[in-house]
Amino acid sequence: MTKVLTSRFHLNGRACDIDVYMEHGGYQALPKALKEFKPDQVIEEVKKSALRGRGGAGFPTGMKWGFVPKESKRPKYVVCNADESEPGTGKDRDLMRYDPHQMIEGMIIAAYALGARDNYIYIRGEYWYILEIMEKALAQAYKRGFLGENILGSGFDCNIYMHPGAGAYICGEETALLESLEGKRGHPRLKPPFPAVVGLYGGPTVVNNVETLAVVPWIILKGGDWYRQLGTEKSGGTKLFTVSGHVNRPGNYEVPMGYPLMSLINDECGGITGGRKFKACIPGGSSVPILTAEECEKVTLDYESVAAAGSMLGSGGVIVMDETTDIFETTRNITHFYKHESCGWCTPCREGTRWLYKVFDRMHRYEGRPGDVELLYDLADKILGKSFCALGDAAAMPVQSAIDKFREDFDRRIKHDLVQIQKAAD
Amino acid sequence: MFSKANEKKLDEIITHYPVKRSAILPALYIAQEEHGYVTDDDVKYIAGRLDMRVNEVEEVVTFYTMYSRKPIGEYKLQVCRTLSCWLQGAEQITERIEHRLGCGVGETTPDGKFTLVEVECLGYCDLAPCLQVNFDYHEKVTPEGVDKLIANLKTK
Repeated sequence: MTKVLTSRFHLNGRACDIDVYMEHGGYQALPKALKEFKPDQVIEEVKKSALRGRGGAGFPTGMKWGFVPKESKRPKYVVCNADESEPGTGKDRDLMRYDPHQMIEGMIIAAYALGARDNYIYIRGEYWYILEIMEKALAQAYKRGFLGENILGSGFDCNIYMHPGAGAYICGEETALLESLEGKRGHPRLKPPFPAVVGLYGGPTVVNNVETLAVVPWIILKGGDWYRQLGTEKSGGTKLFTVSGHVNRPGNYEVPMGYPLMSLINDECGGITGGRKFKACIPGGSSVPILTAEECEKVTLDYESVAAAGSMLGSGGVIVMDETTDIFETTRNITHFYKHESCGWCTPCREGTRWLYKVFDRMHRYEGRPGDVELLYDLADKILGKSFCALGDAAAMPVQSAIDKFREDFDRRIKHDLVQIQKAAD
Repeated sequence: MFSKANEKKLDEIITHYPVKRSAILPALYIAQEEHGYVTDDDVKYIAGRLDMRVNEVEEVVTFYTMYSRKPIGEYKLQVCRTLSCWLQGAEQITERIEHRLGCGVGETTPDGKFTLVEVECLGYCDLAPCLQVNFDYHEKVTPEGVDKLIANLKTK
């Protein structure tokens, strides 16, 4: 299988050094882009690649870049979203700690395409050691003239600064991230206007995930068509998946878009731990609907196929659960997460996630009241599509899908009579 | 009010942004590094440095979970409790630490050495279960590993 993003992972982090990165093909795309491409042509090439945003939403990257107005009174910005915090996802971590320059090179090219001089990498605060790796890499890039003024004699000036987050999941939402970068609480902004028009400090801004930017040098070097044909027609290229949970070899795996989910689980990850049976899988980070083992059989890893199965490819965080897993408990765990991470800005999400968890908690103690499962479903319905940002949907969808597909795990928690409690205790 | 080196660092960080208040999260990390937590004086000082009102700084500090407005232990043990770690036995890790330290989640040991907290996803899902001691990650943690880790930290 063609390795693109992870082609330098076997160097075990030595590619953090700019010389090693350059020995292995690094910083060839940037000079090429500056010499042979006009900014518009970079955007066209990215459009051709069918690259879609790797943070979770899957929005076509070239189109997003195309929304940025050519002329702007305010400065434009490229912001890298390195606030990786979607449960089940640890891919950007490895992209940055094993090959920081790849992403930096992609970001400089993006800044060139959009005409952005000052740019930021917003990294989650917990990844402090990775922030330090990135700062070292940036310093090396400045020293070699890939960053700073008049890059490689092109007349293009570009700066990249690291910015730490401080433990708020919501700051992965792009407008909340911009608020946070401006020194405020991470509350999402009303859209429209979208950041491409009014973003950071009011200027046109593109917010891209680490993985998205890491792909860009490859598109410039080998062409958008080359990248696209690695994947499917609508989901171009390869993607990095973090597989966690009950598999023999959890880890980060790069596979082409359209790769069968079951092959990822059985071949790459060596199957289910202890030879147990496969029960369920969350294919794209905790925010997406759960899939049963049966549903997973037909799924290939591209945006369309996962959507057809009733879930989403999301961030590519694949969480695998074996037959011993109680889906009520896993859903309770996820609900705790969203309750904790709700930013408090809008009522349906703030109150809804708390109420959901309250019901989960009494069911956890086998004190569920008759009707509680329906109540959970209804509460989720009252959040779904009614919250200010997508966090509310992310809290609601897992609950509804888990009830739809694993109802028996929920029903067991309802206190009907003493016999039932006794059974549960046994 | 920070050390000379940190004042210099903050001056430099402020130059990264067109508005000063963008430097608030880095500034709060500096405060926490120097004093162990964000003190009342830190809040006032940072407000002055970044042309903000005290309440504006306060509302930012209290939003982000990685800052503490109260003294905490020298070592903050942060056990990830979210799904991937939970599937790999995060609860047993927390219980083991509680047992070893004789303190519960959210508490600090009487000698002020350890604070135990449960946190949400740390991004080490494929290396679960994981925990963080201050900023240091520990991956694929076992109950026995916890014993060793705590013994090591106690002698430090």
